[in-house]
Amino acid sequence: MTDGSDVAPSVVRPRRIEWRAATITDVIRETAHAKTLVMDVPNWPGHTAGQHVDVRLTAEDGYQAQRSYSIASAPSRSTLAITIERLDDGEVSPYLTDALGVGDRVELRGPIGGYFVWEPSMGGPLFLVGGGSGIVPLMAMLRTRAALPAPIRGSAPATLLYSSRAWDDVIYRDEVITLAEDPGVNVVQTLTRSQPSGWTGFTRRIDADMLAEVAPAPSLRPHIYICGPTALVETAAQMLVELGHEPARVKTERFGPTG
Amino acid sequence: MADEPIISRGFRGRRAAAGRQSRIPPGQYEERDFPVLSAGPTPHTPLSKWDFTLRAVDGATMKWTWDELQALPHENITRDIHCVTKWTKLDTVWEGISVDTLVGAAAARGVQTAPFIVAYSDGGYTTNLPFDDLAGGKAWIAFGYDGKPLHPEHGGPARLLVPHLYFWKSAKWVRGIQFTAHNEPGFWEVNGYHDRGDPWREQRYTGDP
Ligand SMILES: Cc1cc2nc3c(=O)[nH]c(=O)nc-3n(C[C@H](O)[C@H](O)[C@H](O)COP(=O)(O)OP(=O)(O)OC[C@H]3O[C@@H](n4cnc5c(N)ncnc54)[C@H](O)[C@@H]3O)c2cc1C
Repeated sequence: MTDGSDVAPSVVRPRRIEWRAATITDVIRETAHAKTLVMDVPNWPGHTAGQHVDVRLTAEDGYQAQRSYSIASAPSRSTLAITIERLDDGEVSPYLTDALGVGDRVELRGPIGGYFVWEPSMGGPLFLVGGGSGIVPLMAMLRTRAALPAPIRGSAPATLLYSSRAWDDVIYRDEVITLAEDPGVNVVQTLTRSQPSGWTGFTRRIDADMLAEVAPAPSLRPHIYICGPTALVETAAQMLVELGHEPARVKTERFGPTG
Repeated sequence: MADEPIISRGFRGRRAAAGRQSRIPPGQYEERDFPVLSAGPTPHTPLSKWDFTLRAVDGATMKWTWDELQALPHENITRDIHCVTKWTKLDTVWEGISVDTLVGAAAARGVQTAPFIVAYSDGGYTTNLPFDDLAGGKAWIAFGYDGKPLHPEHGGPARLLVPHLYFWKSAKWVRGIQFTAHNEPGFWEVNGYHDRGDPWREQRYTGDP
């Protein structure tokens, strides 16, 4: 907290984040339950990895529903990708995954959020912990990193600890494997429900031992981002603090199921 | 940009039951669960080390230990709450102490109010509010939810409760209120979220009217 005297009153009135019409240019089936919508957004102001957009659907009688979706793509001036996991009885996600196709338009506004973000200027190391669709904003960070010139990239090594239920539920599965070919990227996966034969990764939920083994040492002061279901986020954040990581460096985002 | 909303063909939506829809602010949906949202790890402060402070602009303070706070008159509060991430939960039941009660007790000790406040929490979280949004039966220090002690994930041992504004204003793990002469944007307010956050005016993000 600061003392009243040293805070300058804000004078510039910020502009409203307007609704924009995005046109879907590609639909990628990631898993049986998750799809990526690639969209063309005219005059998109650009974004920072970790930010999200709000998507708005309007029914024929004017009823509207909104939900937030993390941006999956690296910053770009025109295209934007979001990845949606279908909740069978959800109001919005089944429409996004099932009803929309190339050429359809959808309204969104953003980019939103200034905390759960990573910019190359922040450097590394990065420790990313994701569960299920919680991978989405973390992927934006890894894609941002991958697009950097090699020397800068080298100064921001990244570790991804990624939890999915089964091999067929791994969102961005091929890309995650490709990313790990970069010597600066360490990908560790855990499959909590079932594993393919010959699986050498972890087979249990993220726990203290796993974090102690995988996370960069607290003395390296990694930037930590955790995203996924509440239970995963709560446990991982708690344990990382107990392992000696500074609470202020542990940033969390929760949007999956509770409990 | 998009003046006329784009009709999403075939989208019906799941409206709240009759009589409830009018209590759902624009862009919100009715949630029956109680999702958790916070920016970092959940702090765990033992009650023996917990206290609550009101501090005036001139530095005059009044502090309550947990037991002292509990000795003040409790209120039961039933209100609808609205999270900026889009969920609204109707008829949530809380137990807490009115901010009016604290401010009244502090005034008797020379702790003066001011036009604005910053609420601050364990873990470093802050949020700013005009004092008018706390005074007159609009805000509480809440430590009970649904008849039980407030769970740490939801801000226990105690959180600020300001149900008429988006729920990030209801600072979890609250430890004190600092009066300020000027408005001093807090944690989310400097990170892209609206300064006041009235759900009925859909003041979600910086720049919203
Ligand atoms: C900042 C932010 C970023 C987000 N980013 C993404 C993203 O990148 N990708 C993504 O897919 N979602 C993301 N979400 C979640 C998204 O906003 C929606 O909540 C989600 O798509 C469900 O919406 P729905 O309308 O389909 O379901 P709703 O109609 O809202 O129904 C959800 C109901 O099911 C419960 N529920 C929620 N998740 C589950 C689940 N997995 N299984 C069972 N029950 C559940 C809820 O408690 C609620 O009662 C994000 C949320 C936030 C706040």
